[in-house]
Amino acid sequence: MAVDMTQKPILVVKDLNVHYDTGKGPAKAVNDVSFSLRPGERLGLIGESGSGKTTMATALMRLTRAPGRIVSGSVELDGQDLLKLSDKDLREVRLRDIALMPQGAMSSLNPVMRLEEQMIDAIVAHVPNLKRPELDARVQQLLKQVGLAPEVARRYPHELSGGMKQRAAMAIATSLSPKVIVADEPTSALDVVVQRQVMQTLGRLQDGLGAAVVLIGHDMGLIAQFADTVGVMYAGKIVEIGPVRQMIEAPKHPYTKLLVESLPGIEVKQALVGIPGLPPPLVNLPAGCSFDPRCPFAFDRCRSETPQLQEVAPSQAAACHLYPGLSELPPLPARAGRELNA
Amino acid sequence: MNKEIVRYIATRFGQLLVVVFVAVSVNFIIPRLLPGDPVQTALARLQTSGGASNVDIQAVSAAYRARYGLDAPIWQQYINYWGDLLTLDLGVSFANFPEKVSTMIGNALPWSVTLLAVATLIAFSVGSLLGARLAWPTAGRGIKSLVPFLMVLTSIPFYLLAIILIYFFAVVLKWFPPAGGVDTTRIMRLDWATTRDILEHAFLPCMAIVLGNVGFWALGMRSQMVNVLGEDYITFAEAKGLHPRRIFVWYGMRNALLAQVTALALSLGSVVSGAVLVEVIFNYPGLGSLLYVAIRGQDYFVIQGVVLMLIVSLAVLLFIVDLLYPLLDPRIRR
Amino acid sequence: MNRFWANLRRNYEQGRISPLLIVGLGILLSVVLFGLIGPFFTDATNAQVGAVRPRRPPGDDYLLGTDSQGRDMWALLIYATPNTLKMGLIAGFIGVGLGTVLGLIAGQFGGWIDAVIRVISDSLLTVPAIAILVIIAGNIDRMSTFVMALVVASLGWMFTARTVRAQVLSIREKAYVEVARVNGEGPLEILFREVMPNIMPYIVASFVGTVSGSILAVIGLEALGLGALEEMTLGNTIYWSQQSSAVLRGYWWWWGPPIVMIALIFIGLFLTSVGFDRFANPRLARR
Repeated sequence: MAVDMTQKPILVVKDLNVHYDTGKGPAKAVNDVSFSLRPGERLGLIGESGSGKTTMATALMRLTRAPGRIVSGSVELDGQDLLKLSDKDLREVRLRDIALMPQGAMSSLNPVMRLEEQMIDAIVAHVPNLKRPELDARVQQLLKQVGLAPEVARRYPHELSGGMKQRAAMAIATSLSPKVIVADEPTSALDVVVQRQVMQTLGRLQDGLGAAVVLIGHDMGLIAQFADTVGVMYAGKIVEIGPVRQMIEAPKHPYTKLLVESLPGIEVKQALVGIPGLPPPLVNLPAGCSFDPRCPFAFDRCRSETPQLQEVAPSQAAACHLYPGLSELPPLPARAGRELNA
Repeated sequence: MNKEIVRYIATRFGQLLVVVFVAVSVNFIIPRLLPGDPVQTALARLQTSGGASNVDIQAVSAAYRARYGLDAPIWQQYINYWGDLLTLDLGVSFANFPEKVSTMIGNALPWSVTLLAVATLIAFSVGSLLGARLAWPTAGRGIKSLVPFLMVLTSIPFYLLAIILIYFFAVVLKWFPPAGGVDTTRIMRLDWATTRDILEHAFLPCMAIVLGNVGFWALGMRSQMVNVLGEDYITFAEAKGLHPRRIFVWYGMRNALLAQVTALALSLGSVVSGAVLVEVIFNYPGLGSLLYVAIRGQDYFVIQGVVLMLIVSLAVLLFIVDLLYPLLDPRIRR
Repeated sequence: MNRFWANLRRNYEQGRISPLLIVGLGILLSVVLFGLIGPFFTDATNAQVGAVRPRRPPGDDYLLGTDSQGRDMWALLIYATPNTLKMGLIAGFIGVGLGTVLGLIAGQFGGWIDAVIRVISDSLLTVPAIAILVIIAGNIDRMSTFVMALVVASLGWMFTARTVRAQVLSIREKAYVEVARVNGEGPLEILFREVMPNIMPYIVASFVGTVSGSILAVIGLEALGLGALEEMTLGNTIYWSQQSSAVLRGYWWWWGPPIVMIALIFIGLFLTSVGFDRFANPRLARR
């Protein structure tokens, strides 16, 4: 999927900070995160649980809920900083310009409303003067686009399967042809076959609209198949970001490399390996690189100084003290893994 | 009407019948479990307490024993009992001999039903709206200070509230009459004067029930709203750019209402109990006062009849609420 | 002992012991103390009929005035409160005890026993309690506070039975019960060692609710004149005041203090139950 990198970015996130107020102090779920997105570009953000990715998704549309709090930074959509808009203006921008595909579509649809009502009220909130027949026609058109049968419109959410609900959410998200779609783990609760169908539908819709997509998840394989650009999040920060092929073939950050290595391959039978250790608690982040305790290449500078993102390859940046010293990562030291029966 | 709805109604109706059956049987068994012949005991007590002295006790007793077959074996009596019930023969009052119990109940029922229906409707609606308002995220401190007040109000049994209300509004302020359903000297006609009289008398009893209940509904709705507002579909509704009020009412309250209606069903029993006592305090001419007078006068069949009526009414009310539920929650419709 | 206080403080800081619980328990404690300690300082004979001059409003000689039958209201209140509380507690214990046993049996053994218990319990739950209680109480010749408690308890077990049964059913599915069963523990052992400790919070919560409902029912019956009329209880006081038209005659010190005392008891129980919910269910702790 070719993205015109010369175009002006449609979404620019700069120095975004989102904290959760816990009893023991603020947990920095999103820590000085910056990235930009061009029209039509597919950005995948990957991270483990606790890496801050879902917090990021809600923050982009200012949907953060207490005890979460957007502390500082800016989210510029087509030049407008969403974080500074009035409530009324923000309501207009939501769905019309930037839309959310929620994580659990199972629970994101109002259980006591028919599907068509939930689709129509979204449209009417932005385009008030449409008559009922026009709205009905639009609903049918949207359902067709996501591959749902016309009669689904009159159904209630509990009458739909998981995949159908996810597609209904997609229909709602694309109903006003937004410029940016934020897909927060849209397939996590679905089985593999349905996952693929949903991702294909998403891709098709996005192409049709020319919209940019921020796809957030933890499934490296899925994201790699879909995205043009991949950003890897760890402990609230983006530790590496770049074009997908480059990142997978030659990852520069140790964490990315470990993630890529942990993907099981179909051709070669090998022991399953994970990344030993756990992500740090976001409340009292240690000074220095957050990945330091688990990094096989850590040295003393890593413990005291936080690395910043720097360009390590064309269009690729990584936050690691190994650069610009190295040109690429050394091979990983041998790790204990469970041997499969050969 | 599709099969599922029919099945649902039939199931609920069946449950109604079971409840009525169990309740009626309990109503039948308990007096007969105690030693002695219930009618004889009642009549004897009547004699010693000096009531209905102008009635020939022996004649009444003999008539009853023959009529109700109290000399027959228990199972026979049970069948007779059911037979009588189905023909709406609830017996005759001792104190007002020979007035039929069913007539007395028929006169009292409309008063009780309207009082209870109106009071519950007001308390439920006002309480739920109040509770929703309390749950509105930007609720000010003024509104929030209502909460402890409501907690206190809801803890006081309504009949005690009734006493307080009578004292302040009927005795001290003299704004409303302290007792009765209607002025005893009035001839009932369908005109404004009669209606106004009835309303004046009904106001305080209604208020007692409403005030005693409203706190419960308000606090319940508030906690339901807090639960509902934490759900994912609220977030998604916000992401759609909907107006906050639309979200609060159609996505929030609409869902919280389901739990409220369930709570209504579960609490109807205690609401009816409380209402009965309120009627007694106000001497309001409903089933409550009828029951009370019958207890005082040991008017056995009236007591049994009224209790039966209360049980059956409640079962019917619950049945109606059960029917209401699928209309509100589409998930139940299957 | 120090560990107990340390635990208590930790629970408080975590928000598990809310101010509601503390205030509620505080109120209840005060009422109980009033009823327990009061009798040592007050002469019981003052609370009998004809003991003192009737119809005196509150003043220097009589703290809460006297009623139209010559009882000293202050003394009456001191002696009536513990009696009412006693009935509530007895009914609470019996109701919760019966309910727990039935709930355990229904949940543990299932089958037709469960069906029978469930049908009876559900039917009785949907009946207006006053109706059945009136019939039972109206047919008892010799009423005493203990008998009142029994009568009320007969309709107070259903909620506990339902809650306990539901909990037993859900706990039975849990892993640690499976482990116990595999380890050879018999059904009774499992009941006492695994299930009971985990339903204790629900039993305690039911207890507070049952006591509250029992006192409500007791007072209701007494207000109708079906109570143990020779005893001094809060409900009987209200009944006597109604019989003498105390409200219409303006003798507010006759029915006022019992109502205040009853209200305090219910408020205390209500706050305790709400506060206890927060204690037992830590997820509610952080508002």
